[in-house]
Amino acid sequence: MKIISTRNLKKYFPIRSGVFLQISGWVRALENVNMEITQGETIGVVGESGCGKSTLGRTIVKIYEPTAGSITYRDPSGASHDLSKGIDRRVEPIFRKDVQMIFQNPFDSLDPRMTIRDTIREPLQTHRLLAGKKAMDERVAELLMKVGLYPEYAQRYPHEFSGGQRQRIAIARSISVNPRLLICDEPTSALDVSVQSQIINLLKDIQRDTNMSLIFISHNLDVVHHMSDRIMVMYLGNVVESAPATELFDNPAHPYTQALMSAVPSWNPKDRKLGQVKLEGEPPSPINPPSGCPFHPRCPHRLALCSKAKPEAVEVSDGHFSACHLHSV
Amino acid sequence: MEGTTARIIRSFRQHKLGVFGLVVLAVLYLAILFAGFLAPYDFTQTHRNFVYAPPSKIRFIDEDGRWRGPFIRAMKKSRDPVTYQVVFDEDTSSVVPIKLFVRGEEYKFWGLFKTNLHLFGVEESPDRAMLLLFGADRFGRDLFSRVVVGGQVSMTVGLLGTFLSVFIGAIVGSLSGYYGGWIDVLIQRFIELLRSFPRIPLWLALAVILPPSWPSTWVYFGIVTVLSLIGWMGVARVMRGMVLSLREKEFVLAARVTGVPGMKIITRHLIPNTLSYLIVVSTLSIPGMILGESAISFLGLGIKEPMTSWGLLLKQAQSLSELESHPWLMIPGIFIMIAVLSYNFVGDALRDAVDPYRTVEKI
Repeated sequence: MKIISTRNLKKYFPIRSGVFLQISGWVRALENVNMEITQGETIGVVGESGCGKSTLGRTIVKIYEPTAGSITYRDPSGASHDLSKGIDRRVEPIFRKDVQMIFQNPFDSLDPRMTIRDTIREPLQTHRLLAGKKAMDERVAELLMKVGLYPEYAQRYPHEFSGGQRQRIAIARSISVNPRLLICDEPTSALDVSVQSQIINLLKDIQRDTNMSLIFISHNLDVVHHMSDRIMVMYLGNVVESAPATELFDNPAHPYTQALMSAVPSWNPKDRKLGQVKLEGEPPSPINPPSGCPFHPRCPHRLALCSKAKPEAVEVSDGHFSACHLHSV
Repeated sequence: MEGTTARIIRSFRQHKLGVFGLVVLAVLYLAILFAGFLAPYDFTQTHRNFVYAPPSKIRFIDEDGRWRGPFIRAMKKSRDPVTYQVVFDEDTSSVVPIKLFVRGEEYKFWGLFKTNLHLFGVEESPDRAMLLLFGADRFGRDLFSRVVVGGQVSMTVGLLGTFLSVFIGAIVGSLSGYYGGWIDVLIQRFIELLRSFPRIPLWLALAVILPPSWPSTWVYFGIVTVLSLIGWMGVARVMRGMVLSLREKEFVLAARVTGVPGMKIITRHLIPNTLSYLIVVSTLSIPGMILGESAISFLGLGIKEPMTSWGLLLKQAQSLSELESHPWLMIPGIFIMIAVLSYNFVGDALRDAVDPYRTVEKI
């Protein structure tokens, strides 16, 4: 069952300047993103910094209002709601309970003035899921144990914990209301490698137990590969390629994906050279994106057509979509 | 790991002036708390034999060179035959000892029960001898008693006014910063409009609204309201700035994603996280309130007789000739200075203690 699907989702941020803060330009953070996520599935989103990965996550949870396009949300009873023009008052509590998010920086995502108990209890109180202090405290203890922390930690404050422990607390908070979809916005990028794997395995365990869906945003290809069923590769606000995880890694179709793959150093020290495809330059500014294909200024295979027309996504093999003119020439 | 509170206290204690200011303030507040008991006379009682009497000289050794403990002399009033000015002469044969815990004029302690016990004073009738530490005013009222009682108004008006203005400022500022958009623009332009007004005429205009028929306690709260209606704007500005940076923090986003309503985010996350700054801003804005009350009362639109405040007491020292012949009428001004300076010292020390990077500048 689909939980969320988007059609031609766009998010532009206005740039304001001058005395009266007139809009003098737009940052095109998301361009025509189509995606859908079904129950129990994990979608990985990869791309370099500034490509719109986090914007996508934040637009789906409605921290940002989309500029255009539609977000369709299907609630547990099966009814569909369009969220692109604000949320209906009756749908909002259901949606806010059903879709949760974990953030990138565990040093920033817990209120320093609140105890761990109050932090984890906040979603429960907001949705009035449990009555009574005792039931709440039991639930908090249960959640802390589930994420591998001691229940006695409940009365401590965030500054007493390490980054990995804080991220576990953030996970406990987000799963306290049993969401069906959890959006993980680079949950491991601020942690060191050994802690990263613990957090990833914890998320996998929770997903196995609850059949929750995950949108896993990261710039780490290996982590995304390990976590995801499907992977979307983003470049400058566009989804350039999307495919089942193994298929994407075995047969990357889009030149950008190929470049991304070859940028990962090999595990073998004798094989020190990076892959064949090397990119030059920096990603262009999303304020003034290139015409045609967004990747054409850096693409090693560019054609004359590439700077004129924007390529549509084509299905190169079963469930494997890529937006590149090379496939249709 | 050292807690934040412990760090703040340690760093505050290193600030010598701040600690000094805190001690002075503690003494002042203790004095006004027990004002009736500390004052040797009732602050409204007039004494016709001591009109414009200068401060009494406290002596310890009598004419014969004997140690008598602290005492004062009885006073005789006469007129200078040339200038017709009143002069006070000491009755050198009299010895009026100053005692602790004397029975004197009646007053109501904390407005609860009547008593006539004073911490110190003389047991002589106020027709013959008075212990006037700061002299007397034109009705022969003891200025020391009036300063102590006047402090009750002056020292609390700042506290109460600041509390109210910080309350308004914190809420308006966080609404402005959190919701942004046209609410923010509206609030900010409104604040700019009010702030571009000259302050004293605005105070006066607001103070004139208070009806003259009001009893003095109502006038007191009226003045507090007037002061805080103007004072909240600085707080709102600072608050908005802090909320603007806080609202992008991930713990606020996490609360939004969970569906916590906006007002609850403000009260549960935003205001607690700015509390230490709010305390500093408040401490630094109390002196302004004290000065504001003094200015309004000095101009005759604030606290009215029979209540008194330091500003109102200073009003008697308005004319130059008055000041020349009775310089002790300036003493309430010294108290205003002491209170304002102490609050500034404490505020500076608190700011440095709470915020090692100095993000809040004095407003």
